[in-house]
Amino acid sequence: MPDLRFTEQALSEWMRSGGSHSEIVISSRVRIARNIQHHPFPLLATKNQADEVLDVLAPVVDQNQDAGYGTFELVKLDELEELDKKVLVEKHLISPNLVNDSRSGAVLLNEEESVSIMINEEDHLRIQCLFPGFQVREAWERATAIDDIFEESVDYAFDDRRGYLTSCPTNVGTGLRASVMMHLPALVMTKQIGRILSAVNQVGLTARGIYGEGSEAAGNIFQISNQITLGQTEAEIIDNLHGVAIQIIDHERNARQRLLDDSALRITDRIMRSYGILSYAAVMELKEASQRLSDVRLGVDLGILKAPSISVLNELNVKTQPGFLQKMFGEKLSSAECDMYRAKLFRDTLGITH
Amino acid sequence: MVCQECGVRPATLHFTKIVNGEKTEFHICENCAREKGELIPGTSGGFSIHSLLSGLLDLEGASKGKSAAEAKPQDVRCEECGMTYGQFSKLGRFGCSSCYKYFDKGLDPLFKRVHGSTSHVGKIPKRIGAQIQFKRQIDELKEQLQEAIMQEEFESAAELRDQIRKLEKEIAQE
Repeated sequence: MPDLRFTEQALSEWMRSGGSHSEIVISSRVRIARNIQHHPFPLLATKNQADEVLDVLAPVVDQNQDAGYGTFELVKLDELEELDKKVLVEKHLISPNLVNDSRSGAVLLNEEESVSIMINEEDHLRIQCLFPGFQVREAWERATAIDDIFEESVDYAFDDRRGYLTSCPTNVGTGLRASVMMHLPALVMTKQIGRILSAVNQVGLTARGIYGEGSEAAGNIFQISNQITLGQTEAEIIDNLHGVAIQIIDHERNARQRLLDDSALRITDRIMRSYGILSYAAVMELKEASQRLSDVRLGVDLGILKAPSISVLNELNVKTQPGFLQKMFGEKLSSAECDMYRAKLFRDTLGITH
Repeated sequence: MVCQECGVRPATLHFTKIVNGEKTEFHICENCAREKGELIPGTSGGFSIHSLLSGLLDLEGASKGKSAAEAKPQDVRCEECGMTYGQFSKLGRFGCSSCYKYFDKGLDPLFKRVHGSTSHVGKIPKRIGAQIQFKRQIDELKEQLQEAIMQEEFESAAELRDQIRKLEKEIAQE
């Protein structure tokens, strides 16, 4: 039976500490995709072939437990309950792909949950590093160091012209996807977001919402990531993302300042109302919760609200997702019951409990 | 037909999903497809970035007509995993790393469209890196050699030729 602490706590260890620019950048993530030579990609692999991949990759980490990246534990997907898989997705520790389309899928997680190494996802190996705040360079350094460890004993599928060969043509070359998750409420309120996101697209980056359906950004949270993986070095990709993120941070800061200068009362009212509703409502839909949480987060960042802490907000963000609610209050919750328990969780954490 | 997502632009991507015998048709424009990214609500993963890529691949064939079809016939097969180019262009994903070799001719236009580039310039695995560095060096020297011959600088051409031979010998010994 796998250790379930990964699914019982809402907050990964890394979420507790801030990182730089943490009032705007929630987290930085780097993922690199690698495959083993002469093995069919997971798309075509039989169960036996997928098991072989697991047998090659999983021991590498075991043999390098002292490399300084924490103690890793192997979690096999077919040994997990459906609900636990859902929770791991909600915590961004595994991808929906690993849950739905994977044969012999597994993940190696370190204690603080900052590194998650997926096996038999779309590619044989996906090394993901997730850091709080704006630390995209640090996340890359960690990921590439872990990549080096694997490379010492695993023959990667690599071609001198095409680079690291991946299952999907959109990942070939560096296999690198770097992203920053940003909270951009002021750019949304001042209607500048569309212009900024289309500018982002023009420099080889892409922006999408998280937890939202399709591209809709729930709670004004956007994920900016590189689109191009071939023809640029890793350093160029990271620098490009870094530079653009800094610009967006500046724009968001300016927009926040302008909101405070021009409509302090209105913005304060909106934040207070959202805080009030989250603290006292009896029914809370996910979409409204994301929006209210965004307002409260902005209130804390602007110093309009003294509490709760950002770490409490991060925790609520994860805990009020459907999988987590089901885990806490019962597996077979209807969506109306989810809305009720979600409201209860907010009241218990923020409001007066009676 | 108008895109069912935005209701404004004409629909250019059409696909059908059949679940338990129930047929659902989707007609959307490329903008919405790109915005929706991985998932269109209600299709539970039926529409993915891979279908988009497959659209690009088909487009390549269609726009260039016969000559393109000749250059990358649908039945070129990867001898390692058995995937055909036709299957690859439908799935938008390779079956194994050797597919890159067998489908090589059709890949440059695709990579140009997706990445704006066709060659890797990033990290090289350390263990096999030495060989690749040698190869990159040899390619560079060969270019210089051509240049020297063109300029009739035969003395430096001879030097370059010796350097190339030396490197090739080192590779052979490894």
